[in-house]
Amino acid sequence: MVVAPDRPTGRIEITDLGVAFSRDDRRVEAVRRFTLMTTPGEFVALLGPSGCGKTTVLNAVAGFVQPTVGRVVVDGEPVREPGADRGVVFQQHSLFPWKTVLANVEFGLKMRGIGPTERSAQARSYLNLVGLAGFERAYPGELSGGMQQRVGIARVLVNRPRVMLMDEPFGAVDAQTRLAMQELLLGVWREVKTTVLFVTHDIDEAIFLADRVAVMTARPGQIRDLMPVKLPRPRPAEVITTPEFMALKARVLAQVREESGRAWVEPRP
Amino acid sequence: MATAQLVRATAARAAAAAPLGLTSWRRPALRALSIGLFLLAWHAATLWDLDFYVRFQNIPSPGDVLAEAIELFSSWSFYGHILASLERIWLGFAIATVLGVALGLLIGWFAFAEDTLLPPIELFRPIPAVAWVPISIMLWPTERSSIVFITTLGAFFPIVLNTIHGVEGIDRQLVRAATSLGAGRAAIFREVVLPGALPSIVTGLSVGMGVSWICLISAEMISGQFGVGYFTWVAYGIVKYAQIVVGMLTIGVLGMLSSLVVRLVGARCMPWLPRREKDGA
Repeated sequence: MVVAPDRPTGRIEITDLGVAFSRDDRRVEAVRRFTLMTTPGEFVALLGPSGCGKTTVLNAVAGFVQPTVGRVVVDGEPVREPGADRGVVFQQHSLFPWKTVLANVEFGLKMRGIGPTERSAQARSYLNLVGLAGFERAYPGELSGGMQQRVGIARVLVNRPRVMLMDEPFGAVDAQTRLAMQELLLGVWREVKTTVLFVTHDIDEAIFLADRVAVMTARPGQIRDLMPVKLPRPRPAEVITTPEFMALKARVLAQVREESGRAWVEPRP
Repeated sequence: MATAQLVRATAARAAAAAPLGLTSWRRPALRALSIGLFLLAWHAATLWDLDFYVRFQNIPSPGDVLAEAIELFSSWSFYGHILASLERIWLGFAIATVLGVALGLLIGWFAFAEDTLLPPIELFRPIPAVAWVPISIMLWPTERSSIVFITTLGAFFPIVLNTIHGVEGIDRQLVRAATSLGAGRAAIFREVVLPGALPSIVTGLSVGMGVSWICLISAEMISGQFGVGYFTWVAYGIVKYAQIVVGMLTIGVLGMLSSLVVRLVGARCMPWLPRREKDGA
């Protein structure tokens, strides 16, 4: 069943993170001196112009890329490799096409050696949570993009992760579906109480969802400003028309504009 | 919203699956007509002993072939040839499948396997399997084993290369997703690499089945004392021309049925792939 953990977990500590790649024999610095702490159960949005390294930060927490310098620690344990305690929801096309919806959601439980009956029961309850009861036997290819993303969320949450890492998860769905998905995500998050690190370049989305919005600089990405969003929860969709929301949006927009301008003007290293 | 989408999906599937009343007989009828016209042309060519550089004097007519087929299929010896060929095909194809898929998965996934196993495969690949017949006769103790070897060789290359191709085409994001859901190395291989490569593997098996029939028939014609290929070649030698055509048609039908089995088994293993329908179906 869907249960919130007794003790809240999911404290992410990113300290002085730097990540550099070599591409075509050139050194590309994606992230530099990036520091961010989250409290357990917090929803933090990473907002920035495209190519600013926000996905790289997420990948470092996921364990997909190793820090060149600095540390990434989750609940006191340094991140060394990917693991089910840090589930990732990708932008799109990350479900296993050869597995049914149910088998996709069961995957993490199967990897932990949980028996078929138990895993089916748990997976079904999380499918129910994301509003996809009745689609257990469908294949991902038969679902719409938004439905696929909901399966992706259920597939992560069934593992009761310390943190859920979301990399522009609604970037590829149409605008109307996106709004519904955001509301659904907030509803689900209220139930599971896991820490969420949410990468996006959509300002409305970041403010609507998050407890804090971290605006990143152009590459190499650093945190430019960390803004608390003091809008009350639960947030109805109409919250985006309130003066408080507008004021915050204006502030964020000004910063993002400036950073996008720099990303455009400055030659890439 | 969810229910609406399901309803739409079901309706779309129903529309694709059931072409409506009047048009349903048209395509089969066209196909039957096409075959009928071909048989008629063949009959006419042999009836009038056409000779326009291509010579039809010695070519049996459709009627001769039918009479010969009825006679052959009512005696046991012809079935012996068929069984010999089928046994060689399935044995050779099975060995090639096991070797080709296993090696292909390793070569496609591990750089070390690619460096050590792929070079000899690339070296031998351009040599047509039929060119191996003399060496094969020397290598293997029996006629049966040497022909199975040739058949295996023919099927092996398309299977191994398509398997490699399939593994290399796997979306890395799916591997990442699997690791972030707690999958270890073995689980990734079993749950992601194998099913991810499966469509390409099935293509390889289907091509491999075709090539192994070509190799089998050639090998039987050159070195056999049994089999449909041998039978067809000998019929020429003993001037039983109608038997040649019966042999050819038998080879064609057996090859077609073998490919059908591969395709059906393949589709069974990949229920997630959508079935495509052509316009006008």
